[in-house]
Amino acid sequence: MVGTATKPTAGELKPWREARTPPFIRIEGISKHFGDFIAVDDVSLDIWQGEIFCLLGGSGCGKSTLLRMLAGFEAPSAGKVSIDGQDMAGVPPEARPTNMMFQSYALFPHMSVEKNVAYGLLRGGMGKAEAMEKVAAMLKLVQLEGFAARKPHQLSGGQRQRVALARSLVKRPKLLLLDEPLGALDKKLREETQFELMNIQDQLGVTFIVVTHDQEEAMTLATRIGVMDAGRIVQVGEPRAIYERPGSRFVADFIGTVNLFEGKVDVAAPDAMRITTAEGPILTEPVVGLRAGQQVAVAVRPEKMRLSREQGAAANVLSGTVSDYAYMGDMTIYKLALDNGRSVKVSVSNIDDASEAFTWDERLFISFPAKAGVVLSA
Amino acid sequence: MRRSWFLIIAATLGFLFLYIPIGSLILFSFNESKLVTVWAGFSTKWYGELLRDEQVLGAVWISARIAFASATLAVVLGTLAAFVLVRMRAFWGKPILRGMTTAPLVMPEVITGLSLLLLFVSMERMIGWPAGRGMVTIIIAHTTFCLAYVAVVVQSRLVDMDESLEEAARDLGAAPVRVFFDVTLPVIAPALVAGWLLAFTLSLDDLVVASFTSGPGASTLPMVIFSKVRLGVSPDINALATLIILVVALGIVIAGLVMRRK
Repeated sequence: MVGTATKPTAGELKPWREARTPPFIRIEGISKHFGDFIAVDDVSLDIWQGEIFCLLGGSGCGKSTLLRMLAGFEAPSAGKVSIDGQDMAGVPPEARPTNMMFQSYALFPHMSVEKNVAYGLLRGGMGKAEAMEKVAAMLKLVQLEGFAARKPHQLSGGQRQRVALARSLVKRPKLLLLDEPLGALDKKLREETQFELMNIQDQLGVTFIVVTHDQEEAMTLATRIGVMDAGRIVQVGEPRAIYERPGSRFVADFIGTVNLFEGKVDVAAPDAMRITTAEGPILTEPVVGLRAGQQVAVAVRPEKMRLSREQGAAANVLSGTVSDYAYMGDMTIYKLALDNGRSVKVSVSNIDDASEAFTWDERLFISFPAKAGVVLSA
Repeated sequence: MRRSWFLIIAATLGFLFLYIPIGSLILFSFNESKLVTVWAGFSTKWYGELLRDEQVLGAVWISARIAFASATLAVVLGTLAAFVLVRMRAFWGKPILRGMTTAPLVMPEVITGLSLLLLFVSMERMIGWPAGRGMVTIIIAHTTFCLAYVAVVVQSRLVDMDESLEEAARDLGAAPVRVFFDVTLPVIAPALVAGWLLAFTLSLDDLVVASFTSGPGASTLPMVIFSKVRLGVSPDINALATLIILVVALGIVIAGLVMRRK
């Protein structure tokens, strides 16, 4: 095997980067109104085959409504959805090439695990013997071989979640919709299941759309993330891009922790950029399209800042006193009060043992390079 | 925890108050004497007497048929009402329907009986149906008030039911009618059974509404007992009452067990 497989190019692995292959799912200008309330507001998205696309947002941002429109439970007020080139308008849920894994799992309480998983196959007109074969294979995939005869109420939360996954995957849908799939699991089980989910997706090649409010979950699972706010998609991108280059204050703040410095563009030269903030001038890498005098914010992630007792020679140096810190094991998060009272979070990786750690009320220098700051105009 | 004497006494008195009449009735049903209030030794002869009483046996048969029919009709109609009340989006008539459905729960039986009697009489005059009063009219009347109880029981089950179960079935390829029989019905089945048993016992017990809506040759068991008691309590009535208590208690226990099973 070694050496025979050719490494796929970035374009094959990440088709959204090049417009070579047509998208598998096209969502064009879709909206959903409930009376006066606009749940989903003019959303357009292209999703490619084999993706794990995460819709990320707080509660009430419209992500679940969008998912339910894809499944056919809600009819869009405007716009169009097509899956694999087929227009979905007026197609009822039972006729769509999609399956859904519900947040509550929605396992049929009066049926055994086996019957739950077989339900979709039998409704689809498959013979009983063939269906049972597929069910057995599916239960093996989700490691529930010994549980076929159990009823849902005899299973643990994690087992129920796997039955729900098996049931939604056994028909090999073109598109699998997952509504907060890991929401009901505890943290440890959640992390394990995330990787399991990715493995299964890899083996079956089904396209996943996952709705979640958990940004960590989105980061680990997704090929791409669509961040939603108030019914709109505010940014679409690969997890790394969303984290490193957020497009707006909302995204920067929603994904991970961030220090936002509000200010005005002072110097906007092709080789240098300076922003005046209440905390002093901040140097960043030049951004095309920004003019002097424009209102912007500089976003700096806590792990991109350094703490030291002596003033270093970095592009940006602030100073403050430690007001609080939290030891997390792998790292320590320090909260520093700047001279103007503003608080800044800095995380320090505990590579060495933490004996050299800083403590309360210590006066420290916070330094970060020009490339650490992301300038946000939105 | 130390037991409070007050609670124990209160509980004891409460139980005595509720069960002494029933207990004495059961006890005296095994009384040898013809005099209801004088104990003269143990005997089951009144049970034998009861089995030879054509009038009572006929009434039992009529009551059972009425209870069976009205319980079944009440389950069908009550379930439909519960579905509309729980699942349908608000419409102008919904509060009225809700009120109408639950009204028989609080309406005095005399009024229910009288209004139904008036309805049957004027219907007969206008459309010729139901011709006269008898089993059919009692069944309709009992269905009316049993429906309310069934609707309440089924409603609570429907409210508890996760609607995504039905969505999941549709998502897996079942058309709406199929979803109803594959998922909805089995999930609410305990409530239907409980509602049926409740309706059955209610119909079996009813005297007032049945008296208003009954006609010649359609005397239910409670009506026969009542007319017998008016001529003086005879011990065979005690025996009959004991059997009824047994049947009703069984019905309620089964309904409770079915409801509890999830």
